Amino acid sequence: MNQRPRQPDENPQGIDLPLDPLPGHSSHGRLERVLKRGEFAVTAELNPPDSANAQDVYERAAVFDGWVDGINAVDASGANCHMSSMGICALLTRMGYAPIMQIACRDRNRIAIQGDVLGAAAMGVGNILCLTGDGVQAGDQPGAKPVFDLDCMSLLETIRTMRDEEKFLSGRKLTTAPAVFLGGAINPFAPPYDFRPQRLAKKVAAGAQFVQSQYCFDVPMLREYMKRVRDMGLHEKCFILVGVGPLASAKAARWIRSNVPGVHIPDSVIARLEGADKQKEEGKRLCIDIINEVKEIEGVSGIHVMAYRQEEYVAEIVHESGVLKGRRPWKREPGPDDALVAERLDHILDNPSEEPVDMVKDAAG
Amino acid sequence: MPGPEQHKAAITQGTLVRKARSLLAYKPADVSPQRRVQRHYTMRLWSVRHARFLEWLYARFADMFLTLHPVWKAVGYGRAERPVKFVEKRVKGLMFDCRMCGQCILSSTGMSCPMNCPKQLRNGPCGGVRANGSCEVEPDMPCVWVKAWEGAQRMRDQNAICNIQKPVDQSLRETSAWLRVTAATAAEREKASEAQ
Repeated sequence: MNQRPRQPDENPQGIDLPLDPLPGHSSHGRLERVLKRGEFAVTAELNPPDSANAQDVYERAAVFDGWVDGINAVDASGANCHMSSMGICALLTRMGYAPIMQIACRDRNRIAIQGDVLGAAAMGVGNILCLTGDGVQAGDQPGAKPVFDLDCMSLLETIRTMRDEEKFLSGRKLTTAPAVFLGGAINPFAPPYDFRPQRLAKKVAAGAQFVQSQYCFDVPMLREYMKRVRDMGLHEKCFILVGVGPLASAKAARWIRSNVPGVHIPDSVIARLEGADKQKEEGKRLCIDIINEVKEIEGVSGIHVMAYRQEEYVAEIVHESGVLKGRRPWKREPGPDDALVAERLDHILDNPSEEPVDMVKDAAG
Repeated sequence: MPGPEQHKAAITQGTLVRKARSLLAYKPADVSPQRRVQRHYTMRLWSVRHARFLEWLYARFADMFLTLHPVWKAVGYGRAERPVKFVEKRVKGLMFDCRMCGQCILSSTGMSCPMNCPKQLRNGPCGGVRANGSCEVEPDMPCVWVKAWEGAQRMRDQNAICNIQKPVDQSLRETSAWLRVTAATAAEREKASEAQ
């Protein structure tokens, strides 16, 4: 048997066994371990399919294989209807990927959300990202009823209560608490700028352990924000992952700037794209340049790559920017019930016959 | 029978709505229903500009209500509810464009009513605020939370905006927040005096 270098995150009893929780860790997942060890983390966003085909999700996740520490399963981002984050997470955990489940408050009330949190944690989802969600007017179904029963802050607090105090919002006890690593979103590029660091402080107080930012195209603005965050000591209380992504063209950048809420793209970025011969290549180059600047900022613990419809570039971007420093993220994260599922599958594969006669025969021994 | 190919032309609800919108002469003024139920005249931006004065006034007013606790008790809080709510709805409607959520947190939001936000956020702005400080949903409306931050800067208690607010209890909508706060404070005071 050839000797394989031991991964820092593997169960000593066997690589196929689920990880034991480390002391002080709230999830069994790898993302939390990577961040708490002080390594630079990389997460990416999976483009949710508009289909009922599991293969679509598997294919889209496969391009991230071995390049990212977590895959964001978006919850109808931009209020456009896609496969639900819950469904994507079910498929991803089944295949051993480590998802970050996004929950947006736009579509579900507190009863549905708390139920989903339990379901997700039971499936082996180790990370949950709490979002407010875009307004319904931004999406393809502006006639939908906006729910917004909770907001991102009270959602964080709700799930933290479920995890740490083992009870629902109503106070009813849970028998097994959801072991999840809790995240939130930040947007340093939108007004009121003075309030933004305070808002992060609020999120940390509500239970955020990591945050992912909106697309960063304006590094000086991020530096200014991070300076304030460091002054408040927030970078020691939560891990900050900066959102980055390639722009396909100057036209796409203009469209995003005027149509996607909360994305700030400076004129200099658009000018740089316009001046290039191959705009798509330049967009990728620009993304790598931004990553290289961002990773040097004190307090930044990782990047979150949102390469919408350019997912195949994520591996290249991560590789060329060298943020992993030679580290190879795990390809497969064992789930809590893998052994049970395997046993059940063996049973199904070995005994295809479910004829009553055979079953009686089996029971009779 | 039509094959699956015939359904391929992607007509979403969004394209239908957009098409209809460009054909019709009538275009609603606001985007969100939350905005459309606003009062036709309110001084909510004035209230934010005078947040410090209103903070002071509100504190005096709460004290006065608390002093009247024996009166409310004699009349019965339940019976006082309707007339108080009648006044409260109109006064707060004029001052803050109040939406009668029944659990007022104006003193923590710089005197800018968070229920005016199309997403009804009570814990700070969303990430979609436009660069000019306007709302993501309603391009003509200044973001409720940009205003709230301005108001909070003028107030004595500047850190109140950092409190984490509980989710709205929908069962308390259309009830009087003034009476609820008064009754709660009175109960606390009685408890404290009993303990001594």
